[in-house]
Amino acid sequence: MAYSEKVIDHYENPRNVGSLDAKDEKVGTGLVGAPACGDVMKLQIKVNERGVIEDAKFKTFGCGSAIASSSLVTEWIKGKTIEEASTIKNTEIAQHLSLPPVKIHCSMLAEDAIRAAIQDYQHKKTMA
Amino acid sequence: MSTRPIYLDYQSTTPCDPRVLETMIPYFTEEFGNPHSRSHAYGWRAEEAVENARARVAAILKADPREVIFTSGATESNNLALKGVAHFYKAQKDHIITCMTEHKCVLDSCRHLEQEGFKITYLPVQKNGLIDLNCLREAMTDRTSLVSIMAVNNEIGVIQPLAEIGKICREKGVFFHTDAAQAVGKITLDVDAMNIDLLSLSSHKIYGPKGVGALYVRRKPRVRLVSLIDGGGQERGMRSGTLSTPLCVGLGKACEIAAAEMGPENKTLLTLRDRFYQKITAELEEVYINGDFDQRIPGNLNISFAHVEGEGLMMGIKDLAVSSGSACTSASLEPSYVLRALGVEVEMAHTSLRIGFGRFTTVEEVDLAADKIITEVRRLRDMSPLWEMSRQGIDLKSIQWAEH
Repeated sequence: MAYSEKVIDHYENPRNVGSLDAKDEKVGTGLVGAPACGDVMKLQIKVNERGVIEDAKFKTFGCGSAIASSSLVTEWIKGKTIEEASTIKNTEIAQHLSLPPVKIHCSMLAEDAIRAAIQDYQHKKTMA
Repeated sequence: MSTRPIYLDYQSTTPCDPRVLETMIPYFTEEFGNPHSRSHAYGWRAEEAVENARARVAAILKADPREVIFTSGATESNNLALKGVAHFYKAQKDHIITCMTEHKCVLDSCRHLEQEGFKITYLPVQKNGLIDLNCLREAMTDRTSLVSIMAVNNEIGVIQPLAEIGKICREKGVFFHTDAAQAVGKITLDVDAMNIDLLSLSSHKIYGPKGVGALYVRRKPRVRLVSLIDGGGQERGMRSGTLSTPLCVGLGKACEIAAAEMGPENKTLLTLRDRFYQKITAELEEVYINGDFDQRIPGNLNISFAHVEGEGLMMGIKDLAVSSGSACTSASLEPSYVLRALGVEVEMAHTSLRIGFGRFTTVEEVDLAADKIITEVRRLRDMSPLWEMSRQGIDLKSIQWAEH
């Protein structure tokens, strides 16, 4: 399969790989996908008091498109408010990376990961 | 070093050996006769070349040349063996036994026969990829016409107990067909000693040209087939159509070389494979071999690298031409049915690579390949949430994954 240049760039030079402290109340963690399906994404966001995502990290088990999708969204959501971040659509990710139809699920997973991380953060906030 | 990727996919296909190509060339130009023309020297010379090739194919199987027919490849041979025997004997017998890890062309031929009303038993395999002979015995009925079990598996390289299977089949009066596409030139075959009644082989897996193969069909006791391709009655009526003299000559030469060089070649391949395996396992943890390690051809390794997805890994090792058991590399969304049949968990099947060594693989290539794989597996594990969780002692099975 031929990958787009952007997918290759994110795969070879992934942005924001790593982990944040999941116990930190400012950190929201999203873990989506399943090992049996061949993709798992972990996306973490660190949100400041103004509701702005000041840091984002990811780790992904999956193909190049899955790695690129998650790397790309960490770049996109950094500096955005959680409201802005939650409007990111899988179609924008797929279009930006020129994903072929069989890889659309990778972009959907990245969108899910953003939502899951935001949900986790908001859940923590209401519990606090 | 060449700018092309290092070729480590010898179970997929092999380059044509230059010695093979050399013998073929005259038959494209000067010696262009139709081997079935009986009225002039052009035909006679082509026929002589084809018969000489047939004898070489027969020799590697320890068969009689009259028992070998040329086909377009192992897919056609397998189709002809299964459908041909099933159709010829259907009035008395309508049951065929095969196994779950067979090549798609065997499984799909069986599905086709099932739709026509034949009964097919798909034997399971054990964890090591080999069939259980007791299961085979139990599956046989007095309606069974054919047992079709591959000699060597194309994904995991395991060698089925052919002699034992042949013995059981002969005792029960059931024909034994084996798809030996991956076995010829890798293991010693003897159709009489192993009681093999039909055997499929392919030229391009043994450094011959693409587009030709053969089917061995036993004469005593005679196996009869209904042909798939009708016409001029060539190949004893079992496969009509003018033979391609250069392709037949190429296959013959490939068999001759394979028979002569198999011993030393296997030794070299085993050394290369062990060197590769030792390098990998010295540097990486949680590496698992799929399929029996010992009952395996020397040129194959099928390895799972836990917590690293196969397609993602292949993208990182694009300087190596290998294949993966991961779903993403094939048209289907399911990971390898062969690995699944061994009981390899879906998640582990997603992390597998098939690495095939062959006649032209060098020590330098093996070392370079091992180094690249080690580097890339480490990089991707550092990026893998599953690796991180397993390092933290989290049982991945305890997590409620949202399967999509």
